[in-house]
Amino acid sequence: MSDRLARLEGRHLRFPLDDPDALRELRVGERLWVDGQVIGLRDATHIAMFDRGERPRTDLRGAAVLHTAPNVRILPDGRYEKLCIGTTTSARMSRFTRPLMSEYGVRAIMGKAGLLPDALPVLGEFGGVYLALVGGSAALETTQIEAIEGVEFEQYLPECLWKFRVKHFGPLFVAMDNHGESLFEAVHDQAARTLERLATRL
Amino acid sequence: MERDDRGLMPISESVTDAAHYPADSVYARVEGAAQKLYVDALKVFPPDVKDALARARAAETSANGIDVLDVMLETIDVAERDQNLVCQDTGTVVYWVEAGQDSPLELARIAAAVRRGTERATLEHPLRSNTVHPLTREHTRTNTGRFLPAMHYEFVEGRDVTLHCLPKGSGCENMSFLKMLVPADGVRGVKRFILDCLVEAAGKPCPPGICGVGLGGTADLCATLAKRALLRPIGRHNEDPVVAALEDELFALANELGIGPMGLGGATTLLALHIEHAHTHITQNPVAVCMQCWAARRASARVAPDGAIVYGF
Repeated sequence: MSDRLARLEGRHLRFPLDDPDALRELRVGERLWVDGQVIGLRDATHIAMFDRGERPRTDLRGAAVLHTAPNVRILPDGRYEKLCIGTTTSARMSRFTRPLMSEYGVRAIMGKAGLLPDALPVLGEFGGVYLALVGGSAALETTQIEAIEGVEFEQYLPECLWKFRVKHFGPLFVAMDNHGESLFEAVHDQAARTLERLATRL
Repeated sequence: MERDDRGLMPISESVTDAAHYPADSVYARVEGAAQKLYVDALKVFPPDVKDALARARAAETSANGIDVLDVMLETIDVAERDQNLVCQDTGTVVYWVEAGQDSPLELARIAAAVRRGTERATLEHPLRSNTVHPLTREHTRTNTGRFLPAMHYEFVEGRDVTLHCLPKGSGCENMSFLKMLVPADGVRGVKRFILDCLVEAAGKPCPPGICGVGLGGTADLCATLAKRALLRPIGRHNEDPVVAALEDELFALANELGIGPMGLGGATTLLALHIEHAHTHITQNPVAVCMQCWAARRASARVAPDGAIVYGF
């Protein structure tokens, strides 16, 4: 690991969680790394699951969902080889936070730039968290994904349900916790106040 | 699921059928150049952007901002080491063609070659295809489709044709804005609109990147100018000193907003703010914003009349 990343070392979480309440102690501002299994979902997958009622076979209890649609190569035996895997803007899929947590038991959502503020009470209700990755850093994240262990919803390629085995995945920033705090909202509100001050000298 | 005989991504459309040019022609070389430009743009980071990120890292004061910038710089190095794409979003492919007025090359064949090059890059690398019908959402699998890649043409002096490839990620492209301000809104209205856009976009376009601004023209021209502003390397200003002064003023104001790297707070919200302008109607004051992410990918190729090609950024 490079010196740059070694400096960012921190606590590790393993998914899927054994204890559905394991994330209740997390607070915004903490920096984390993830090991174990991560479930990739994207716009089309969410729409299929929740707007059309297509149920995946995968057990998502205690899961960490990653907003992603990867670059892959299909091997002759039908398996998928990872090429480049990163994350996408989470706000587009914010409205699926409640059913992911209430119907499927998902506890962590990973992506970039945050869920919408109305997801905060959902995180509070279910003890969930939003973990922010650095958007665009796919070349790095690809090295942290050990294998593609399974795929569902292949008809939506590349927006399938992907089961990734990850090691030392991150860094991730606890950006929305289950105590009503959102780092993105805090930054956005401060920026909006600053803009009003700047507006006087435009 | 059906797979093609090379085991690549499923294909519902193959490379565009007719090439309309011989395999040994200069247009076949342009096709190869377009294929290389798309992949290179995704993998080889423009040095001006990397330098700007390194300067931002040195100047950043927020702890989160420093961490995020370190991850970005690390990612650029890993992409170079592993010959991988920096970001997984292979984008919507946009081309600017600067056609020398004395070039013997035919633009229609250049356009066909660019399209085939984009398709070959997508299928042969392979790259994730992102291109769907807007209503049915059916994939083309080739990163080409109706009116895609988006092609823009400008005419310049000389005998060369220069291709600029801009694979535009969706996180930042979704943060695009247009407002038909009126003359009474003045320059103040323009400034306010741009800053409002930056606050609304916040972390979504993967800051710190480039804010492209279009000023003037018609609605369509204004939006095109905002995208054109992203082709300009960091460190260059608009040639009109009045416009350049507005670039400096808005850049400084934007970095006072505190949005910071990935919207997690910090002193670096933008690496640059570029404005491109056109004259406009006496009743109009249009302004457009097109955000570019920190992974501000672009690649260029200059094609001489004899087919010799020079690559750059």
